[in-house]
Amino acid sequence: MANIISDEIIDYVGILAKLELDSEEKEQAKKDMGRMLDYIDKLNELDTQNVEPMSHIFPANNVFREDKVANGDGREYVLANVPERKDDCLIVPKTIVG
Amino acid sequence: MKQYETVIGLEVHVELATKTKIFCSCSTEFGGEPNSHTCPVCTGMPGSLPVLNKKVVEYAAAVGLATNCKITKNCKFDRKNYFYPDNPQNYQISQLYYPICRNGGIEIETEDGSKKTIGIHEIHMEEDAGKLIHDEWGDNSLVDFNRSGVPLIEIVSEPDMRSADEVISYLDKLRLIIQYLGASDCKLQEGSMRADVNLSVREVGSQEFGTRTEMKNLNSFKAIARAIEAEKERQIDIIESGGKVVQETRRWDDNKEYSYAMRSKEDAQDYRYFPEPDLVPVIISDEWLEEIKAAQPEFRDEKLERYKQEYKIPEYDAQIITGDKHLADLFEATTAICNNPKKVSNWLMVETMRLMKEHGIEPAGLKFSPENLAKLIDLAESKQINSQIAKEVFEKIFNEDIDPEKYVEENGLKTVSDDGALREVVKKVIEANPQPVEDYHNGKKKAMGFLVGQIMKEMQGKADPALANKLLKELL
Amino acid sequence: MSLTNLTAIELGKKIQNKEVSALEAVQAALDSIDSKEEKINSFVTVDKEGAINSAKKVQKLIDTGELKSPVAGVPVAIKDNMCTKDMLTTCSSRILGNFIPMYTAEAIINLEKAGAVILGKTNMDEFAMGSTTETSYYGPTKNPWNINHVPGGSSGGSCAAVAAEECSFALGSDTGGSIRQPCSFCGVTGIKPTYGTVSRYGLIAYGSSLDQIGPIAKDVTDCATVLEIIASYDHKDSTSVKRDKLDFTSALVDDVKGMKIGLPRDYFGEGLDSEVKEAVFNAAKELEKKGAVIEEFDLSLVDYAIPAYYIIACAEASSNLARFDGVKYGYRTSEYNGLHNMYKKSRSEGFGTEVKRRIMLGSFVLSSGYYDAYYIKALKTKALIKGAFDRAFAKYDVILGPAAPTTAPELGKSLSDPLKMYLGDIYTISANLSGLPGITVPCGIDSKGLPIGLQLLGDCFKEKNIIRAAYAFEQTREYKHSPLS
Repeated sequence: MANIISDEIIDYVGILAKLELDSEEKEQAKKDMGRMLDYIDKLNELDTQNVEPMSHIFPANNVFREDKVANGDGREYVLANVPERKDDCLIVPKTIVG
Repeated sequence: MKQYETVIGLEVHVELATKTKIFCSCSTEFGGEPNSHTCPVCTGMPGSLPVLNKKVVEYAAAVGLATNCKITKNCKFDRKNYFYPDNPQNYQISQLYYPICRNGGIEIETEDGSKKTIGIHEIHMEEDAGKLIHDEWGDNSLVDFNRSGVPLIEIVSEPDMRSADEVISYLDKLRLIIQYLGASDCKLQEGSMRADVNLSVREVGSQEFGTRTEMKNLNSFKAIARAIEAEKERQIDIIESGGKVVQETRRWDDNKEYSYAMRSKEDAQDYRYFPEPDLVPVIISDEWLEEIKAAQPEFRDEKLERYKQEYKIPEYDAQIITGDKHLADLFEATTAICNNPKKVSNWLMVETMRLMKEHGIEPAGLKFSPENLAKLIDLAESKQINSQIAKEVFEKIFNEDIDPEKYVEENGLKTVSDDGALREVVKKVIEANPQPVEDYHNGKKKAMGFLVGQIMKEMQGKADPALANKLLKELL
Repeated sequence: MSLTNLTAIELGKKIQNKEVSALEAVQAALDSIDSKEEKINSFVTVDKEGAINSAKKVQKLIDTGELKSPVAGVPVAIKDNMCTKDMLTTCSSRILGNFIPMYTAEAIINLEKAGAVILGKTNMDEFAMGSTTETSYYGPTKNPWNINHVPGGSSGGSCAAVAAEECSFALGSDTGGSIRQPCSFCGVTGIKPTYGTVSRYGLIAYGSSLDQIGPIAKDVTDCATVLEIIASYDHKDSTSVKRDKLDFTSALVDDVKGMKIGLPRDYFGEGLDSEVKEAVFNAAKELEKKGAVIEEFDLSLVDYAIPAYYIIACAEASSNLARFDGVKYGYRTSEYNGLHNMYKKSRSEGFGTEVKRRIMLGSFVLSSGYYDAYYIKALKTKALIKGAFDRAFAKYDVILGPAAPTTAPELGKSLSDPLKMYLGDIYTISANLSGLPGITVPCGIDSKGLPIGLQLLGDCFKEKNIIRAAYAFEQTREYKHSPLS
């Protein structure tokens, strides 16, 4: 079954992914995504009803840190590459209106 | 008009009292220069990876046990994806599919004194966000990641509450349990305990739930109560005027006593949760759970009983003192030194409460040491200072945690019980106040009080009042 | 013969024997880079000064006898998705065009401890998304065998740099074949280790559950030696695996007697270039001659690996790449109206087409209402594929097949049809889904003069099996230097 990707879906995914596509890119994205989803639909041929989803390959578990402070002042890490900063803070466009 | 019932569920976030963040070894200490408690992990640097703090699991499981939850043997972390500048990776590591605790509940007391169980749907572990500072005049906000990655548990209740009172009662009970565990200090004002309120209304008798809204930014019990009232009214108004309540998140402004929808085209509220590939599952074995259980402290109800039995202090006092972990700790530590639980209780119940109220301090903010309170009690009990002086000295202890023995010594506040010196002052007072003396002889008992007062004044409060009384009677 | 013609280990020996100094070795590599970069563009950053300084430092430690590692003083190139302290790390993306990390990836720290000298950072498909190294913001890398062809990808820069002998060896990363496929196209050798063997700390994530760092070099000996150095249990990477023995070089023996090698019929079917097929079959015959037991079998589920892979990789990528938002590092658009506009413009201008395509797909498959149909379905498929490999490895020590269906395509022919490009990963992708180790070794040259690669897959933690088989096969042929070497 063909996956028809609507403009609404592309716009919605753009909001989720914080990507802004121009109209040409949008058309291309619709086509690409539709085609890819058609291809992905191949998975529906597989009966996976009794299969446990596998997120980790190995059954590793309980990897922990002890609760001990080991890091010092990290300002240089955060601030070295910041596009815009004021003193020791990062600057972003205002997040609260009013 | 129809009768409505309010249906409330709570999402309570509690900052855990670990020394380090949930996924890195940065300090969780409050304060510090902006962005100083940070590293590549808690600032979302490319290539950084999280490693789970074991203590977070233990605290979360302990809270789960104390709230009668089932502990998930094999729990996992998931990513919650949303863009916001206080969230450095633009995803929050949280738990959706396999939270650490499920299906618990705690008993609260309702207004009419009856008991009611509030169900706990789940408790999950997650990371806190950084802080945004809003430049009031400019177009910018400033980001500080010091709080980013501080461990939180989110306690999600069932929609079992029906009034603001029940909500407060539930929160209070939760706070006590968590404080007693030492899992958090649960300060609402400082944000180490935060509650989001999910609220809907329905006609009394209806079995269906109405559409709910979620209220955020509630920073005190009072704000919570006010927000609940306002939201209930708002929803009833909408329904009464034929409208429909919209499911949405609203932000409470406690100054304006008004909430507004946080709706925005850019907030799709579609978090695209999926299993966190950078962390492995946490398996909590029976042995580990037993260890966590064994490490649990005495809870409030047990402590209350013990205080009445062991220390023989009145029910009311025991209620108040065990009603806060800090107060209870202070009580026990002081009693252990001076072995006078009644007096310790008195000092806490009367003077400490008075000064806390006066200074607007919560028990967690008390600064004085049990040693100094114990010394003061000893000084007063051995009559080395009188009760008035003791109160003055206590105020010093309360504010500055001074050593009362030293302070009394240095300021010459010890009670004068030297017969000779006091006798001279009594004579002087009798000579200087002929009228009250005459009144006394005419049977006016009040005059006696006045004369004792004058003696104390002359002695700058240091006289032993009993001795002063005795001498006065004798010389009159 | 020049210094750059040597394998890393040959060069390392000469340095230890004081026949060559570290500085001479590094200078030879830098000269080679100078003369070839214009043609092949395999580097994003070349750090001449840094390389010369560290060569001098390393030489002192060699002179005092403190540094005896086989790679001490040997020049290495690093794929540009691994963080290097104080050195530009771009992921070949505009969005990280000015990003200078404050720390170094664990695998590179291990290399530095061993005295390898970092020359610079190699070009790649942007954020490792691609199979040709054409999606780089910094222009495509060319194949040293024929500069009208792609080097493969995404570790195309690292593979081309090794093939062109601009460095003695390189590090790459492999999420769906990104080491093995470009090795095949460039006629060099590379290993994708078992998931968890090399720390991912400092590797800028594409698909976290699939990514592994691995070595790329002229031969199996180099690769096994380098893997032994970079592999470590790292408490900073929760998915790092504590392994008993990392003595991969002990498997460098020319002996495959009795080794059971399976050839999946599914890997030799439709879509496989006939010359590639022949070369790979011939390789199997060589191993058979040496006493290996060769058997064809049906692996099954091969066709399902690509869709499952693209769901999982794109979903993880959509989340991993969310952090590039113009707030903390990298590119921020110059003009914007409010927060969300700033996010959207910075990301739309900062990411290239292929990256945006995968982020969109990944966001979609995770979005409300589709998660079960796509993501969970993919995780279940992954479980089935893993099961198929478990069954295969119950019978065989090694699975042998091609690394890619064809030799290197011409430049500019792949990106217009993404799905077709994705299908080129068909033989490599399952190893990432199943965590398996894989190695690519050159096994022939086609009629166009382009290299053909042989892929050997082993069961998890059984690198030694594939190293042994690859080493034995390698003994049957001469290393072919690329025309540009």
